[in-house]
Parts: sequence; structure tokens; C-alpha cells
Amino acid sequence: MIRHSQDFHPALRAIHWLMAAMVLTMLFIGVGMVSTVGPAYLTLLGLHRPLGIAILVLVLIRLPLRLATGAPALPEDLSLAEKRIAWASHLLLYLTLFALPLIGWGMLSAGGYPVRVTNGFTLPPILPHDLGIYAFLRTAHTIVAVLFFALILTHLAAALMHGLIRRDGVLRSMTIGHRPVAVSGPPEELETPGDDIVEEPANLPA
Amino acid sequence: MPSLNRATAGAYALIGAIILLLAGGFAWAAGWIGPGRINGGDVTAALEYNTGKKQPGYRRAHAKGLCFSGSFMADGAGSGLSVASVFKAGRYPVIGRFSLAGGNPLAGDGRNVFHSMALILRAPDGQEWRLAMDHTPIFPVADVASFIALQRATKPDPKTGKPDPAVMKPFLEAHPEVKAFQAFMMQAVLPNSFANATYYSINAFRFTDAGGTTRLVRWQFEPEAPLAGLDKKRLDQLPRDYLFQEMIARTAQAPSRWHLKLVVANPGDVTDKAAVAWTGPHRTIDAGTLTIDAVQSEETGACRDLNFDPTILPPGITPSDDPLLAGRSKAYSSSFTRRAQEGPNPSAVGQDLARENAR
Repeated sequence: MIRHSQDFHPALRAIHWLMAAMVLTMLFIGVGMVSTVGPAYLTLLGLHRPLGIAILVLVLIRLPLRLATGAPALPEDLSLAEKRIAWASHLLLYLTLFALPLIGWGMLSAGGYPVRVTNGFTLPPILPHDLGIYAFLRTAHTIVAVLFFALILTHLAAALMHGLIRRDGVLRSMTIGHRPVAVSGPPEELETPGDDIVEEPANLPA
Repeated sequence: MPSLNRATAGAYALIGAIILLLAGGFAWAAGWIGPGRINGGDVTAALEYNTGKKQPGYRRAHAKGLCFSGSFMADGAGSGLSVASVFKAGRYPVIGRFSLAGGNPLAGDGRNVFHSMALILRAPDGQEWRLAMDHTPIFPVADVASFIALQRATKPDPKTGKPDPAVMKPFLEAHPEVKAFQAFMMQAVLPNSFANATYYSINAFRFTDAGGTTRLVRWQFEPEAPLAGLDKKRLDQLPRDYLFQEMIARTAQAPSRWHLKLVVANPGDVTDKAAVAWTGPHRTIDAGTLTIDAVQSEETGACRDLNFDPTILPPGITPSDDPLLAGRSKAYSSSFTRRAQEGPNPSAVGQDLARENAR
């Protein structure tokens, strides 16, 4: 769905940045915890599961919100191939946001582990206890996570190219948004003096 | 495309720097770059080195085992120390595993090594407590780096069957804490059954009661069967699976029982080093009785495909500051993942059963 506004819905922007922080933290925790037998292992493992389940819950809220509110059109001067790559990369990002926590949950289930999220909150298993399945998912969890990090870096580099080099409003559509102008926003907004002050920083280059 | 003026070049540099910083930070967090740290694979590698070769499909330590099932009858007294559900008066199902230390799944039982008991206690509300215990009240070393050094130093020389003194001597000089364990093993009775050994928690744990008070606790399962020892001079004359066959035969006759004794630390007790014993009188609570009434080979029982990670604890019990606990958790996990990837192989007891059935 193409959104008529130049910007993503404010709620979607908020959830994007919240999840960005959580997912990056999560990826660093994940590779960090498996790298050590030190006391940090238990501490990081204690954070890994609740954070992973929180990400799964958030993406369950986010995807319907994204489908309902749509995305602003990409700049006209992007080639069809570039637009397709952008669309496919966003699809992959969403898919992985679902897949990684589910692989983690399924992996613990297949390994016969209690899926303990926090003290006193344990999730039911979603797969049978089977070490063959565990071994496959345990390997997949690492590989998908590392590829996900690479995808996120590419996504970030592309966003920064839009914001700092092309300056085409794509980065702004997910950050502070565009200054409301008569064409895209209701005119009465411009007449509200308070709004002018609030919108002032938006005049600065992104 | 915008022309590559100075501002654009600066923007490209900035983007490159941000991406490089993140990728570099990630590689550092993963331990791919920067100062080396001990990971789970280092522990499994040290165990494989000690064993002499990789034994695919088996636990890297305590490879030789026997599954069992039974129940834990809590008398309610443990609730004075921890809110964990399994301490509330009642009967809870138990599965577990007896094992002998070492990475060789087909090793003879006549070795002066740990007898071990691993348990999973489950409460109806879903709480789960995993325990992995040895018949020694203390552990040879206090941290993971020393454990790796121990595995390397004590690798048996194929000619003598004993560690190489040229490697052992400098190790013992660098690790005086091992002397306490050596002294214990020298004088201690080596139980002639899995059923008459006392099994110790090895590490201390934090127990939190309903009032929110937290105490440091070690525990032990004390057998009802009277302790009798193997003749340490004639260990090499024992049949390969003597202890396992003894336990199978014994359980066919009658169940075996242990009392769970929770031992509360005194002020001044060392609670973060498993190599140091707690001495003198201690407040001790009998929390209930463990009954083992059935044993199964690893092929038919429930224990083989489980990781008895001692940090899988119910609410009301948390790890102490003992660094061995995180090390055990991570190393067990690495061993578990490796054998899951390799696929299972026959157990010693499973081989015996197959041989009997073939007759």
C-alpha cells in the first residue's frame, strides 16, 4: 500500500527506532554471550530471552500497523531495480524479525530446555524434543543472526546515503518527518503558532 | 548522481566510518577480534585432548552413563530456605542420569574418578530444577582456565596410563588449590555402588525464601544405603561396566533412596570457590527423599538427549558468584550442541543389553 503522506506513520516510526535499538542490542548480546565461559555468559543469557520475545511481540504489532498505514512512495528518480531491491530488503528484514525469535524458541523446545523467559515466566515448547531438529536450528540461529546483522548494516548504509548524499527525504520519512506544507498537510496546521515552533528543527538539513 | 564535492566525500566517509564501527564492534563482541577469551569450544577441546580423541555423539565429559527415573518426596522443610515449588510438601517426578567422569563412553569402571548423579526435578506449575552433582564435596579447581589446564596436565600417558609427571609437576605448582582435592581422593572411600555415594552440589547457590531473605547454600544427597568402598588396589580387575550392572541389578531388587540435605553457609565460608570445603558444623535441613526405582540404558531412557545444566533453576534459587557455574553452563551447552550435530552413538550399557539379547 502506498501512503499518501511523505512520511511513515508516527507510531510506525517510534516502533522502528525502538526495535532498531533492541535488535542491535540483541545481536551484540547474542554473539557476545556465546563467545565466553565467563560470568557474562549467564548475565547475557538472562537478557537474551526476554529481549527476543519482546522483539517478537513488537513485530507482531508492527507488521499489521505497517500494512494498515503503508509506506510513502520512493523518489521518482530511483530505478525500478533499486525500488525492487528496497522492497525485497524490507521484506527480508520483516521476515527475519519473526524468524530469529521463533528459531530461538523452537531450538530450545527441540533441545528439551525449559523456555524460561524471566523469573517465573516460562513459554511452552513449540517443537518436539528432538536433537536433530535442535542441531539444525542451533546452527540456523547463528547463521541467520549474522546475515541479519549484515542486512541491517546495508539497510543503515542505504538510509544514510538517502539522508546525507541524495537528500531525497527517504531517511526523513522514518525520522523527524517532512515539514507540513500546504500540498501534503492540512492548511490549518500551518496557522497554529505552536506548530511552527515545534516544526522548526525540521527546517534543518537531516 | 551528485558530483563528488568535498561535502559529499565527507558524507561518504562518515557513512563508511559508521558501518565500519558497527561491524568492528560486532566482531569484537563476538570475540573474532581483540584479546582472546575462553569459549565453550576451548573447554570441549581440552576435554577431548584429555580423553585422547574426539568421541562423536557423546558428552565431552561424563560420557559413560545410565538413565534413571523416580520421584522426590519433599517434606516442606526446604521452603524455609527457598520459594521453589519442589520444596513444598509433595511428590515430584524425577528423571536423571548416573555417570562416571571422563570423556570415554566405553571406559572401564575401575578408575578412581567421580561418580556423578544428574537430576531434573519438575513441579506441576512448570518449574524445573536441573542438578549435576559429583560424589566429591569439592572440585579440583576453582575457575575455568584452571579446569582447562587440569585437563591438559592430567592427560594419561598411553604407556603408563598416568599423567606425565613432567607436565603434572609445574601444573600442581601453579595450582596449589588442587592439593585439597588430591588429598580427599587419596583418603576417601571410592563407593562400590552408585547407590551408596553422597552426591554434592559442587558449587554454592543462592536460596531466597518467601520473606525475601537470600542465603548461600550447598547441598548433598545422602544415601540410605551404607557406604562401602571398592578395593582401590584392584580396580583394574573390575569388569568394564561393573558399577552400571550393579546399579541395574540392585534397582531390579529394590529402589534406592537419598535425603536431600541443604547446607546453609556460615559467615566466613568461601561461597565462590568450589575447590574450598566448608568445615565445621552447619545449619542443615533435610528437604526430602529422592527415590530411584527404575533405570534405563541411554538408548531407551529419557536422560541422553538432555543437558543437565546446573544453572537451569526454579524461582527461589539463583547461581552464586562462583565462576565455575557460568563455565559449566556454557561448556555443557557447547558439548550438547556438538553431540546433537554428530548424532547419538551406542552406550556401554546399551552394548551390554544388545549382547544379552543376542544370546
